[in-house]
Amino acid sequence: MTPLLSVRDIHKSYGARIGCTDVGFDLFPGEVMGIVGESGSGKSTLLNCLAGHLSPDRGEVIFDTRTDGPRDTLTMSEPERRMLGRTDWAFVHQNPRDGLRMSVSAGGNVGERLMAVGARHYGDIRDSATDWLGRVEIAADRIDDRPRAFSGGMQQRLQIARNLVTGPRLVFMDEPTGGLDVSVQARLLDLLRGLVREMGLSAIIVTHDLAVVRLLADRLMVMKSGRVVEAGLTDQVLDDPQHGYTQLLVSSVLQV
Amino acid sequence: MSDYNFAYLDEQTKRMIRRAILKGVAIPGYQVPFASREMPMPYGWGTGGVQVSAACLTPEDKLKVIDQGADDTTNAVSIRKFFERTAGVETTERTNEATVIQTRHRIPEEPLTEDQILVYQVPIPEPLRFLEPRETETRKMHALEEYGLMHVKLYEDISRHGHIATSYAYPVKVEGRYVMDPSPIPKFDNPKMEMAGLQLFGAGREQRIYAIPPFTRVVSLDFEDHPFEASKADHPCDLCGAGDSYLDEVITDDAGGRMFVCSDTDFCAGRQDAGYRGRLNAEEAA
Ligand SMILES: Nc1ncnc2c1ncn2[C@@H]1O[C@H](COP(=O)(O)OP(=O)(O)OP(=O)(O)O)[C@@H](O)[C@H]1O
Ligand SMILES: [Mg+2]
Repeated sequence: MTPLLSVRDIHKSYGARIGCTDVGFDLFPGEVMGIVGESGSGKSTLLNCLAGHLSPDRGEVIFDTRTDGPRDTLTMSEPERRMLGRTDWAFVHQNPRDGLRMSVSAGGNVGERLMAVGARHYGDIRDSATDWLGRVEIAADRIDDRPRAFSGGMQQRLQIARNLVTGPRLVFMDEPTGGLDVSVQARLLDLLRGLVREMGLSAIIVTHDLAVVRLLADRLMVMKSGRVVEAGLTDQVLDDPQHGYTQLLVSSVLQV
Repeated sequence: MSDYNFAYLDEQTKRMIRRAILKGVAIPGYQVPFASREMPMPYGWGTGGVQVSAACLTPEDKLKVIDQGADDTTNAVSIRKFFERTAGVETTERTNEATVIQTRHRIPEEPLTEDQILVYQVPIPEPLRFLEPRETETRKMHALEEYGLMHVKLYEDISRHGHIATSYAYPVKVEGRYVMDPSPIPKFDNPKMEMAGLQLFGAGREQRIYAIPPFTRVVSLDFEDHPFEASKADHPCDLCGAGDSYLDEVITDDAGGRMFVCSDTDFCAGRQDAGYRGRLNAEEAA
């Protein structure tokens, strides 16, 4: 099977400081990969390099495109990469403010990606938006409200709807449940798990919450100081950690 | 006259502005940056339009200046005086006599010809600005033809008002490529932008010039199920009876009396001269 995403030898420095280095892995269709590690270990740097928000100093990020098969997204032209960013790829930010247009209604936020790829029928756009709000458990009568009027959890669910409406094949998420209180996190996780299964999504999820990876991720990479120190099936890594740092990480949280 | 170079600006500056204009004509709808000069009038008074007009005028030209369709408003009068003083060109209020027409907020009702230039004063040239404040990003969106955001604005309009409520500065796509702000003209005027005359747009504070060459395709953005409509008040003019011109509503007393009159004063006067009469003008009919 062709991997959906093939990552080779990614390296990114900020001046003398290493952001991440020596990272490579394959992600197969329908797989969810978790990336955990302490603060500053390079998780966001890596994710942003993969999603095209940062350009790594070297490496390859090969995506199996619908039309042309595997292509290195780092050497694609910018228009192609941006097109990917609003069709087959999605990015869920930790802070919904970074991923939503706060001055645009919920319906407009969800509809934007549709309009960006050429939807020109108001009624259809609105129907899709209503449908997606329902799928992320936002009542249909909130469709014309601005995100400002939403709770943090609702904003995050709106951001997810806005990203998934075009049926992407790969979703990048950076701490999607960070900043939310525990009960809200649990609900969001449930929702995400449902959507991932239902849509057969592939995803890369950065978090430092082991509960998140336990619930969502098929595979896990553990990062420390910019490097991947351990990788494998989630349950294996969590139940039988090999690397000292992973052992520390697992033992430092309550068993989940 | 000897105190100024012809039309106020020095020849070097005019050359720079003409270069920007030519580039604008070559790439219809594209916003060309230019080094806007200080003009002896405040921003918001049409400094961009004035600089474009100054770069276009020749001693043989006949200039008309309108503001909201009228030749006699303060803004129009002061710009006309400015060019009378600094260029010594003839001025006129007649649309069909003018070779250069500077305008704020209207396109004349009378169709322009190939021999005429229409210069618009533009406050905010960037149509994507209100949803995307980052200039770097809007430039990229233009470059890559990523105009979905423009429809988000129209979507918001419909979701809030039940229809596209944008009635001024209604966005258009020029020659199938660049999305452009037509300046705050009423959307009633949008279809007129496909015309024989040359249209030039000058934004002084924002330092941008753009253009629509003659006979260029100009399409107002819309949705399939909410098509663009060039609407106007549903009345004939109370002075000249015209049923197809853009109207201003004028309050005539404090008892709710009001009348609708052509915003294009020259057009209205011309029709009255030709004997046309509206509802409130009937008794004077010849
Ligand atoms: N813009 C930047 N300029 C300089 N150094 C940076 C920049 N962004 C990140 N770094 C450095 O790169 C390293 C990795 O940072 P990164 O943000 O990727 O970590 P992280 O694992 O996402 O941390 P967190 O869990 O706190 O979000 C850190 O040492 C950080 O200080
Ligand atoms: Mg981070």
